[in-house]
Amino acid sequence: MAIAARDFKELRLDGMSRNFGTVNALMGVTLNVRRGEFIALLGPSGCGKSTALNCLAGLLTLSGGSIWLDQTRIDRLKPEDRGFGMVFQNYALFPHMNVRKNIGFGLAMQGAPKVDIERKIDEALAIVRLGGQGEKLPGQLSGGQQQRVAIARAIIIEPPLVLMDEPLSNLDAKLRLEMRAEIRRIHDLIGSATIYVTHDQEEALSLADRIVVMREGVVRQVGTPPELYAQPAHADVAEFMGYRNLIRSHLDGGKVTVGGAAIKGTPIGAIGNGAVTVAIRPDDLTIANDGPVAVKVESAQYHGNSFYCSGRAGDGSELYFTTEHRVGKGDTVRLIADPKRVLLYAGAAS
Amino acid sequence: MTDLPHEERRPLRVRLALYDLDAVTLLLVPAALFVAALFVYPFFYGFFLSFQPKAGDWLANYRKFFSDPFLYDTIEATLRLAIPATLINVLISIPVALRVRLMTRRRILTTLLVVPLTLGTVLIAEGLLTYLGPQGWFNRILSLVGIGQVRLVHNYTGVMLSLILSGFPFTFLLTLSHLTGIDPSLEQAAATLGAKARARFRYILMPLLAQGLAINLCLSFVQTFSVFPSAVLLGSPAGATRVISIAAYQAAYEQYDASMASAIAMIMGFVQLFVVALILTGRGFVYRGAVGSGKG
Repeated sequence: MAIAARDFKELRLDGMSRNFGTVNALMGVTLNVRRGEFIALLGPSGCGKSTALNCLAGLLTLSGGSIWLDQTRIDRLKPEDRGFGMVFQNYALFPHMNVRKNIGFGLAMQGAPKVDIERKIDEALAIVRLGGQGEKLPGQLSGGQQQRVAIARAIIIEPPLVLMDEPLSNLDAKLRLEMRAEIRRIHDLIGSATIYVTHDQEEALSLADRIVVMREGVVRQVGTPPELYAQPAHADVAEFMGYRNLIRSHLDGGKVTVGGAAIKGTPIGAIGNGAVTVAIRPDDLTIANDGPVAVKVESAQYHGNSFYCSGRAGDGSELYFTTEHRVGKGDTVRLIADPKRVLLYAGAAS
Repeated sequence: MTDLPHEERRPLRVRLALYDLDAVTLLLVPAALFVAALFVYPFFYGFFLSFQPKAGDWLANYRKFFSDPFLYDTIEATLRLAIPATLINVLISIPVALRVRLMTRRRILTTLLVVPLTLGTVLIAEGLLTYLGPQGWFNRILSLVGIGQVRLVHNYTGVMLSLILSGFPFTFLLTLSHLTGIDPSLEQAAATLGAKARARFRYILMPLLAQGLAINLCLSFVQTFSVFPSAVLLGSPAGATRVISIAAYQAAYEQYDASMASAIAMIMGFVQLFVVALILTGRGFVYRGAVGSGKG
């Protein structure tokens, strides 16, 4: 019998809220998660994403709203009665137990027969590719191996829902990429729903089926990675998704002013003439001889296949752009952007 | 970067620094002198003095101690106080610390619990004598409700109460600090894996606390083993609470036999050492590594 997530149809968060004293850490989070779905909770630190995860795990009680697993209300259950797997940011491996004991802990708590536990530990070790490390103590493992043990320990209880709290933040860049693929592979293998907290938009884009962008305790946007990448619903979401150029401007006759030049853009939502925020990714702003915006290069970072540059336009505004051509400080270049990739939001962003 | 010069050309200061020795190391000197003058020297002085008895051969003091029940029984009397008092203090400190750890106003309770530490044994003894004595409020209430007088001072109970009152804050603070040193996410992880409060205590907290408790037992034992003022003030210094320090005191200041007193002090030291060694050996069977998680 292979390790597979317990069957369920849907996890439903209904107006999930939590406050600490007078601080509203989480306000009315509503979300439906299907079995097999990989959801990333994305946002800057302090946005409430970890609070949301702890509420789901039962480590924090809700101050409002409810959580449902199919027809069962679970937000009043203690963490030990929910049966969700959780992977902690610091892994939280039991330092006094060897790898096998750590992984088998959940099953031992359920009172499973010893032979079954041992067989499932072997299976879990194989899933996370840690065969032969079973007798070591956590302190003898590398960060990446500890991470694998933490994942094995969480999935062995066959949870309907796996919760991960920035699991890759303590690993180096190479290992992070490797473990990212591993996490998605394991998720697909056991078929649970996974809720994955991160502040790294690249991680969220590459891992998740759907991304929930949070800010100050509120869900700002829910969407698939391409939706969020191409069309963030709000200027602040755009900023978080890598739209580094956020320019205050004025919409007039379908055109906005960027760096002193009038260019066309794509309105997000219904907006009329007046104050707007223009959002452009540095990747979408490139050098062209007939480009409308002239800037003087202030810095150019070498990124291997491209240069990541900042330049100053005639009206004093700073613009970030990328180019494949070598540019030097002080050069004057002309920039252009596809109007479809110039997003316009109502109101002036901060 | 230039290459390092040959080994012998490195200045002495640099070579010493490789062994973590520098000018700051000199700050250790006053402490080392202090320990030498007040601990090492008196210890060896007493050790050699104990082999120079007033009469008889060099082992006469020790032979006398172990042949006179009035003397050797003091070991048992002391252990009968020190071991239960230590165990009670350490065992009670665990549930209290477990509770206090979760309190938001921990500081107030901690302060309250620590007050007895500042009082000193004599004040505690005075208080107990007054409150629990035959004319104290405790016995008066007992008389009023018809239970009758209970003897709580000038016996074993009195000394035991005093040892618990004065020793508990110390063991509590130690246990609390060991407990708060355990990463709370370990307990949370155990909870998400289905461990109920009792199982979390048994499989996670207790094993990680064990090494701290062993140290706690040692310190608490050493403290209670050298009980003197409360054994005199609250106990029956000629009877059940004739502890070994009383025997040493009498040899030194009633019989003016410094050599015999030194011998008793040495015996006292070796009994303590034996118990501490026993506890630390037991510690070998429990987990002794870091109590955090992940890469520290």
